[in-house]
Amino acid sequence: MRIERRLTTPRWLRVVVPVASLLAALVLAGVMELATGHDPIATTSRLIDRGFFASGALSATLVTATPLLLTGLAAAAAFRMLTWNIGAEGQLVMGAVGASGAGIFLHDQAPVLIIPAMMAAGGLTGAAWGAIPGLLRAYFNTNEIITSLMLNYVAGLVISYLIFDSHSYWRDLSTFTARVFPQGKYLGPAASWPALGAGSLVIPFGFLVGVVSAAGLFVLYRYTRFGYEVRVIGDSRAAGRYAGMRINRKIVAVMALSGALAGLGGASQIGDFRHVLDPRGLQQAGYGYAGIVVAALAQLNPLAVILVAFLLGGLTNAGYSLQGPDFPAGLVGILQGLILFCALAGELLVRYRVRFRRLMVAPA
Amino acid sequence: MNLNATLLVVIAASAIFYGTPLLFASVGELLAERSGVLNLGVEGMMLVGAVSAFWTGQHLHGPDWVVLSAAVLVAALAATATSLIHAVLAVSLRANQIVSGLALTIFAGAAGLSSYLGNIGHLGGHARLHEFKAVDLFGLGQTPILGPLVFHQNALVYASWLLVPLAMFYLYRTRPGLHVRAVGESPETADAMGVNVAAYRYVHTLIGGALAGVGGAYFSLAISPNWVDGMTSGAGWIAIALVIFAFWRPELALVGAYLFGAFSSLAFTLQARQVHLPPEVFNSLPYLMTIVVLVFVSTGWAKRRLGAPASLGVPYVREER
Repeated sequence: MRIERRLTTPRWLRVVVPVASLLAALVLAGVMELATGHDPIATTSRLIDRGFFASGALSATLVTATPLLLTGLAAAAAFRMLTWNIGAEGQLVMGAVGASGAGIFLHDQAPVLIIPAMMAAGGLTGAAWGAIPGLLRAYFNTNEIITSLMLNYVAGLVISYLIFDSHSYWRDLSTFTARVFPQGKYLGPAASWPALGAGSLVIPFGFLVGVVSAAGLFVLYRYTRFGYEVRVIGDSRAAGRYAGMRINRKIVAVMALSGALAGLGGASQIGDFRHVLDPRGLQQAGYGYAGIVVAALAQLNPLAVILVAFLLGGLTNAGYSLQGPDFPAGLVGILQGLILFCALAGELLVRYRVRFRRLMVAPA
Repeated sequence: MNLNATLLVVIAASAIFYGTPLLFASVGELLAERSGVLNLGVEGMMLVGAVSAFWTGQHLHGPDWVVLSAAVLVAALAATATSLIHAVLAVSLRANQIVSGLALTIFAGAAGLSSYLGNIGHLGGHARLHEFKAVDLFGLGQTPILGPLVFHQNALVYASWLLVPLAMFYLYRTRPGLHVRAVGESPETADAMGVNVAAYRYVHTLIGGALAGVGGAYFSLAISPNWVDGMTSGAGWIAIALVIFAFWRPELALVGAYLFGAFSSLAFTLQARQVHLPPEVFNSLPYLMTIVVLVFVSTGWAKRRLGAPASLGVPYVREER
C-alpha cells in the first residue's frame, strides 16, 4: 500500500468526506457508549430525534445553531489565512458585554435604533478583543493560539466581575433580591430581536444575521482583493510577502474580522435569547470551541458553515437537552472531538491517494 | 518572628506547590515538541489524567502510598492512551497538528471525555479519600526558609525534581536524546542517519501524554479536594506557553513553572492576608502574565529563536523531501 499526494481533488470527495466523518464520529461515539454500558443505538436515535424530528426540535436546534454559525464563521475567516484564532469563546462573551451595554444604554429608544446599535456594539467589542492577539502576533511575533485562548479565560473573569463582584453598569441593583443574588439588568422588550415564524418553526433573527454574514464572508474571500490576499497568504506566507502584501496588517484585520463575527454571536445571545448578561449561561455551552469543529467540518467554506452549524446545532442541542442519568454530560464534547478527528483523518483522503499495488518481487 | 510565615516564603513554597503540575505537563510537551510534534491537547490529557486518578483514588482501598502510586500510574496510562489519538493523526496520517491538538482538548476536555467519565463514575459531590500530603523530609521541615521550600513538599514535587535532571540528561547526554533533537530539527537528516522518525515522534508524543496525565493527577490528588469538571482551568495551555518561555529547555521550564505557580497561588495567599481586591483580578493573573511573558520572549533578545525545533508541527513524509 502506498500513499501519494493528489494533484487534483475530485469534487465529490469534498462532500463525501465531511458526511462520512460525521457518520463515523457517531459510530465511534456509539462504541464508547457501549464500552461504558449505555445502549448506543437507543442513545443515537434519541439524539437525532431530539435534534431534528421531534416537535419543536428544529426551532430549538436553530437556537443552538445560531451561535455556532457565527463562531464557525469566525473560525473559518481566521483559519483560511492560517491565523489560529482560538478565542471565539472570549470574543463571543465580550460581544455579549458590548451588545448588552448598548441595549441598556438605549433602553428607551425604538427597536430600529437599539437592534443595529447592539449588533454594532457586539461586533466592535468582539473585534477589539480579537484584535489583541492579532496585534501581538503581527508586531511582537507572539503565538496567537495561546494568547487568544488565554483571553477566553480573561473574558470569562471580566464578565463574572461585572455581574458578581462589582456594582457595574450591567448589574441589576434595583431590588433587594437582585443585590443579594447578583444578576444582570434585563434589557427590556424593545431590545428583543424579532424572531421570524414560518409555521411552527421559529427562526431567530441572529440566524439570519449569520446567514447574511456567511454570504458576505464568502463574497469577501472569493471576489475581493482583500480575500484574494488572505487566500494567498494562507497558502504561502512567503509568496504573499514576495508579492508585497502587507501581512502584518492582514493578520490584525483578519483577527478583528473573526472577533467581530464571534462578537455578533454574543450580541445575538443577548438580543435573541437571554436579554440579560448571564455569565454562567454564556460560557457553559462552549460555543467558541464548537465553532472550530463547525469550520473544520465545513472545510472553511462560509456557505457550508451554515449547513454544518445547523447539523451540529441539532446534535449539540439534543445532547444538552437530553442530559441526565442515561445521557451523561460530556457526550457533546466527545462527539464534537470525534467529528474533528474523523474530519482530519478524512483530509488524508482528500489530499492523498491511497494506492494498493503488489510489491515488486526481486528476481531470484 | 517566624521566618517561615513571612509572605515571601509562603509565596515561594506555594509557587512550588502550584507550579508542579505545570512542570510535569510542560516537560512532557517539551519532549514531544523536541521530536517535532506540537500537541495542543495538553489540557484535555491533563483532565483525563485528573479524572482517572480521582476515580482510582476513590475505588482502590489500601495504604495511602499504594493507592496514590496506582492512581498516578492509571492517570499516566489513561493520558498516554489519549495522546495516542494525536500521535496517529499527526504522525501517521499527517494531519494538521494544530487542529488535531485542539480536537483532542475538545474531545477529552472539560465538556468532553473527562466530564463524561466523572459523571458515569459519580465522582462529583464526594470528598477525596486519598491525597498527596506534604512529607517532612529528614525532619527538616521546620528549618528556616529552606524547610517549607525544600523539605516540606509532597511526593510528586520530589518526583518532579528528579524528572527535570533526568529529562536534561536524556536530551543533552544520551544518544536517543540526540536523535530526538535531530528528528525535531531535521527529520530528513535523522532519517538518512537511520533514525526511525515516526517511532521517535510516536514515543515522545506518548511520553508527553503520560507526563500531562501525572500533572492532571496532581490537580485531583493534591490541589482540589473534590472532583470538578475542568478543574485544571487552563493549566494545560499555560504549560504549552511555558515550553516557549523555556526555549524548549527542561531547566528553564522549572523556572517558568514556579513563576506561574506563584501567580496562581497569589490569589489564595493574598486573600488570606486580608488584601481586598476582587477575586477576578488575582484569578486573571496567570492568564494575563502568560500573555505578557510570551510577548516578552517572542520579541527582542529572544528573537533569535533559541531552541524552537525547526520542524515543529511539520509532518515528515519521506517521499516528499
